[in-house]
Amino acid sequence: MNSSAHESSTREIVAAMQDMPGGLLPILHEIQHALGYVPEDCVPIIAEGLNLSRAEVHGVISFYHHFRSEPAGKHVVQICRAEACQAVGARGLEAHVQTSLDVKMGETTTDGNLTIEPVYCLGNCACGPSVQIGEDVHARVTPKRFDVLVADLKINGGAK
Amino acid sequence: MLTVYVPRDTTACALGADGVVDAIVAEAASRNIEIKLVRNGSRGLFWLETLVEVETPAGRMAYGPVNASDVTGLFDAKFHEGAAHELGLGLTEDIPYLKNQLRVNFARAGIIDPLSIDDYKTHGGYGGLTRALALEAQAIVDEVKASGLRGRGGAAFPAGIKWQTVLDTPNEQKYIVCNADEGDSGTFADRLLMEADPYQLIEGMTIAGLGVGATQGYIYLRSEYPKAHEVLKAALANAYEAGYLGIDVAGSGKHFDLEVRLGAGAYICGEETSLLDSLEGKRGLVRSKPPLPAIIGLFGKPTVINNVLTLATVSAIFEKGADFYKGLGTGRSLGTLPMQLAGNIKRGGIVELAFGSTLRDLMEDFGGGTASGRPMKAVQVGGPLGAYLPESQWDIALDYEAFAAAKAMLGHGGVVVFDDSVDMLEQARFAMEFCVVESCGKCTPCRVGSTRGVEVIDKIRASDSSDKQRDDNLILLEELCDTMEFGSLCAMGGLTPFPVRSSVKHFPEDFY
Ligand SMILES: Cc1cc2nc3c(=O)[nH]c(=O)nc-3n(C[C@H](O)[C@H](O)[C@H](O)COP(=O)(O)O)c2cc1C
Ligand code: SF4
Ligand code: FES
Repeated sequence: MNSSAHESSTREIVAAMQDMPGGLLPILHEIQHALGYVPEDCVPIIAEGLNLSRAEVHGVISFYHHFRSEPAGKHVVQICRAEACQAVGARGLEAHVQTSLDVKMGETTTDGNLTIEPVYCLGNCACGPSVQIGEDVHARVTPKRFDVLVADLKINGGAK
Repeated sequence: MLTVYVPRDTTACALGADGVVDAIVAEAASRNIEIKLVRNGSRGLFWLETLVEVETPAGRMAYGPVNASDVTGLFDAKFHEGAAHELGLGLTEDIPYLKNQLRVNFARAGIIDPLSIDDYKTHGGYGGLTRALALEAQAIVDEVKASGLRGRGGAAFPAGIKWQTVLDTPNEQKYIVCNADEGDSGTFADRLLMEADPYQLIEGMTIAGLGVGATQGYIYLRSEYPKAHEVLKAALANAYEAGYLGIDVAGSGKHFDLEVRLGAGAYICGEETSLLDSLEGKRGLVRSKPPLPAIIGLFGKPTVINNVLTLATVSAIFEKGADFYKGLGTGRSLGTLPMQLAGNIKRGGIVELAFGSTLRDLMEDFGGGTASGRPMKAVQVGGPLGAYLPESQWDIALDYEAFAAAKAMLGHGGVVVFDDSVDMLEQARFAMEFCVVESCGKCTPCRVGSTRGVEVIDKIRASDSSDKQRDDNLILLEELCDTMEFGSLCAMGGLTPFPVRSSVKHFPEDFY
């Protein structure tokens, strides 16, 4: 999608939601949902629509871990790093993910397929280690199981 | 027709429940067996997921943990008639883990179709609202006070007193805000309640609105819970359609609107004032108190902010009466607390009990020890800001005051078990690291102190045991903890020292 297409979807979203009380977060969610990230060129449009300064909008985008200013890989893979998952091997899984894919947390694989991110709890703490791919949570993810999940993504794009 | 239940909650799906559904539907079709498949919430017996239940004349029979590949065998054994199978668990209600609980919040979880208002009402739902609608606002608040209900989000503040302040603060606009940020590792009670019995929360919030004179509510849900979001959106739409929300709640002429809003991956937004800033569309910075949110809250208006379980419990209190509720529990910890067994535990899940049993009962009788089969070494109770408890503290009663006396925190009821392979220095380091990642940045002791904390712990690890510098660094760590504990604006910086200090104190061998 080019930048003018970004701008027009952003304008539509802002116009539809600008009267919501405290609407900035819902608007950012909607934009990220539509475009995969919150592009720089959307910021002035949001700022204008909500009567905020650009700096304020930037401040909010950078405060929250969920919002990204750069496009992600084809799949976003979140690895739970929190305590309950640590207790069943999350540290080992994290190390395996980084070495086997040759990425660090927060980076995207060179083929642009996977963005690996840390997450702190997915509410699946009785059956960790937990990994979320897109919106699907996976339980008891050993390094071996992780490799299978990633292979599935390469073969059929993660479709079940 | 035959009814088969397969849970739809996050954990069941993470363990393959959708695949089990596909297999059951296909197998039933190929055998010409007519079935009605209900996606219930989970019973919260997570080690048995996917737990498939079949309706029989004797009651619901359970099978689990079922994988998609087990389904053909289950049909061959005629599980759909409740027949025996190696995965058979007997009647669901008789599974000891479930039978030995006292479920108030989770009484309907896994039994009903979460989105069916009819199911909800058949099992007592909306009985509380009917009672509340006949009461004056003050009488509603009095009932909550009489129940002894304390906040389930962590601080255990009496709910009725908070509500009274909001009721007594006149304003044309007030708000009810539900804290569904559930950021603590090892906790999933809010999630399961929203995914398995969402109307209980909606009803509780509606009663809160009537009680304090608020016409608008918001549920602030963490963005890490997409399934709960889906269920809540659908449940809210159904509640509007059935006339339980909107300008004429259940035909009473009373007004209550309710909306769900998503967080965006910030642990600090679980802190109530940071949450309010976030709902207002700002960065989630912690506000100094006073003013209390009850007086100047969301958009500057009087606001009740309570945890999911606190608000949901209100429906049960109105359905069954304050006396029923306060008759459970012990001392000043009344009612029930859904504990969450997590981490390295054989039988993880929700265990709702009256206050007063012990951690050991929970971890051994219910939990069955570690999943790895190795000895338990440490337990973190109450989330990432909670202390690590060694075996000598496992007999503390599950009660707010008893935990506080032991310099620990019951918090939201998360119990994270570690076996003897855990390195407590790593856990202490993580507590500091988590504070670095999640600090809102407003005050120095938290923001800078946690960064220094990570560095000091790294130095302790790098030095060898004969090194005098190690002792100096341990002293430095202790001083840093003091600065954070006493100099931070909120409990993020203020409580991070608890997991750190308890690790050093109870597991010194990991630091030498
Ligand atoms: C860092 C921090 C994180 C918190 N996270 C949560 C949370 O995720 N959910 C919650 O209900 N309360 C959380 N709290 C507690 C809230 O500030 C507040 O006490 C609670 O929402 C009040 O509701 P209650 O009285 O019903 O417990 C947190 C507090 C702090 C300091
Ligand atoms: S203690 Fe930490 S999280 Fe709390 S207000 Fe200070 S900087 Fe923010
Ligand atoms: S700690 Fe990993 S899912 Fe909760």
